[in-house]
Amino acid sequence: MVITGAGVTTALGIGWKKNAEGFRVGKTAMRPVTLFDVSRQRVKTAAEVDLPEQLPATRLTSRQIARMDRATRLLFLAVHEAWQQAGWEPGDDLPFVLGTTSGGMSLGEAYYRQAITAPRDNRKQASRVQHYQAQRQALDITEAFGVGGPVTIIANACASGANSIGHAWDLLRRGHARRVLTGGYDALSQMVFAGFDSLQALSTTQCRPFDAHRDGLALGEGAAVLALETLDSAKKRNVEILGEIVGYGAATDAHHLTQPHPNGDAALASMNAACAAAQLSPDKINYINAHGTGTPLNDGAEAAAINRWAGAHVKNVAVSSTKASIGHLLGAAGSVEAVICLMALREQWLPPTATLQTLEPTCQFPFVQKPTDAGVEYALTNSFGFGGANASLILRRWS
Amino acid sequence: MSDIFVCGTGVVSPAGWGMKPFRDALVRGEGILTKDLPCPGAQLLRVRQVPPPSPRPAFLGHARLRRTSPIAHYAVAAALEALGEGTAKSSAEPFRLGIVYCALGGCVNYSRRFYDEVLKDPGTASPLVFPETVYNSPASHLAALVGTTAINYTLVGDPGTFIQGLVIAADWLTDNRVDGCLVIGAEEMDWLTAGAMRLFERQTIFSDGAGALYLRREPGQNRPVKLKGVTNAHLFSNSRTRAEAIRLARSELNGAQDRAVLCDGLDGVPHADREEQNAWSDWKGNRLSVKSILGEALLASVAWQCVAAVDALKENTYDVANISVAGTNQQAIAAQFCL
Repeated sequence: MVITGAGVTTALGIGWKKNAEGFRVGKTAMRPVTLFDVSRQRVKTAAEVDLPEQLPATRLTSRQIARMDRATRLLFLAVHEAWQQAGWEPGDDLPFVLGTTSGGMSLGEAYYRQAITAPRDNRKQASRVQHYQAQRQALDITEAFGVGGPVTIIANACASGANSIGHAWDLLRRGHARRVLTGGYDALSQMVFAGFDSLQALSTTQCRPFDAHRDGLALGEGAAVLALETLDSAKKRNVEILGEIVGYGAATDAHHLTQPHPNGDAALASMNAACAAAQLSPDKINYINAHGTGTPLNDGAEAAAINRWAGAHVKNVAVSSTKASIGHLLGAAGSVEAVICLMALREQWLPPTATLQTLEPTCQFPFVQKPTDAGVEYALTNSFGFGGANASLILRRWS
Repeated sequence: MSDIFVCGTGVVSPAGWGMKPFRDALVRGEGILTKDLPCPGAQLLRVRQVPPPSPRPAFLGHARLRRTSPIAHYAVAAALEALGEGTAKSSAEPFRLGIVYCALGGCVNYSRRFYDEVLKDPGTASPLVFPETVYNSPASHLAALVGTTAINYTLVGDPGTFIQGLVIAADWLTDNRVDGCLVIGAEEMDWLTAGAMRLFERQTIFSDGAGALYLRREPGQNRPVKLKGVTNAHLFSNSRTRAEAIRLARSELNGAQDRAVLCDGLDGVPHADREEQNAWSDWKGNRLSVKSILGEALLASVAWQCVAAVDALKENTYDVANISVAGTNQQAIAAQFCL
């Protein structure tokens, strides 16, 4: 199961090149929120994406494009890059597996505001209802690129993006498809931003994953999409192979709705399951792109899980969290971080967490703080979400 | 599809909590009484809503369920009924119970409430409410309640997504990733959702509730019901109309019609039902139209269709049951159960 296309859109930029340049040096992309009013919030920054005024031409009409909300546009850009790179042709044999937490939430918000302030005014309300729904957003993409489906949308909170790639990998592995388009997306929205702020989960200083004095996460937005196909299919098409997905594991943390078990039991189970699927022992993994939100509870539990999982080899696995650069992308996080692992594997560097000042003392693993060139053969990415959704993916360098 | 058996069913519907009121309502064949749901602008929306449970289910005393929304209550109640005695905790061996929870609207009550608080003053918006707005919170509560740490997906999409959920569960069972798997469809009532649906079809009566199937690889009961197959999911698009997609799904479900039942998705609203009616116009066998009795509850409705199909097979009335799902804005798909 190989990757022949990858597209990524984050606050660092649109496309592989700009993102790779930013992640390689640990650039941070936080800035004041402009998309909605944050004047009464504790936190006023996030990693917003600068969207282009025009989208690349596809099968969509200008009317269809005009109806697209911000989240769909983020997704569209990532799909376009992956699609171009893979050189795929449209077809009915192409499942689309997506992860998101909130679909077109900003449209839902607009619908609600109008429903309570002008309840008898239904102008634009039907369109908002349609395009708020994640499946409608997905269908805009299938329409644009000629993807025949089926469409599967996984909403496992912040693990959605990783689960979607894992599920796509499962479809190929089982022989249900020979190619799958997959990834995750989420746009910033007022409700979700306020939700994390109400939980006091947002950092009021700077997002510093695995720092001893970390005080919370930062939110971002974006999308990443992979074109996955069987090796046979890629070879027949004689296309460049970017990397390989070799393992996927998932587990559920039943400890609490929003807090991980302090020992990281489900994180450990998820990493172990991914290794078992890949038929790899932990000592083979060179780099972990941690979930690493920067919240006191997540990073402590994840550090404990990595320590336990790696055992005697813990000193040999480099770890970092790229959420310091682009914030937490929620439903897009797992897919964006899978693409970052792919960058590390292809370009042989490790993305630093440049905001780290004092390493959390329970971390027994080497933590990547500075731009680092390294030989990376296998990379693992963790994604953990509300509700205890835990997912891990393992990627291998293609050589 | 490998041998995948339905080992339990559970329902919460406007007819009441559990299989018995559901069965009784289907036998009566009359639409459940409607009520008027107020919404802003002094409009009244005609809906069918799940009645309060009596007695109050014991699981609501669990710490995780204390502040949860109706959709979580419905999903958990249906799931526990489907599991019956087969809950993960009652097993002597470590038991891997997978969960596939499917919804379209999700937790609308709390989402509306939380966003309303945000608009008034984000500084006082409740941190207790926000986590319950997340799509997968009911699946998480259920996992905590039954004590499973196995794989757990929340799927969102139009009603056909429940059928996709059955396929995912079947794959997990076939791959020996889980020992048993719950597939749940659930929705909850809110003026926001009911009003939104009314923009598209004024006569459809929105309802709420949940349905659950418990799948295993072992039959385990008398008259075991098997998930025989699922058609391709036919997407709606500019080049494929909804009517065409429904026809394609129907064309993949052939077979004898004697001792077979069609559990269709007809609402009882002629122009809304026309495309599905046309696609199945050649069907001479019996039909069960649960939505015309219980209302349109999106993902929950499809779960009810499947539960009704399994129940009909178990009652020795039929040998085969077909499920037709003509989705709202994504896909047409169909499934078949058999003895």
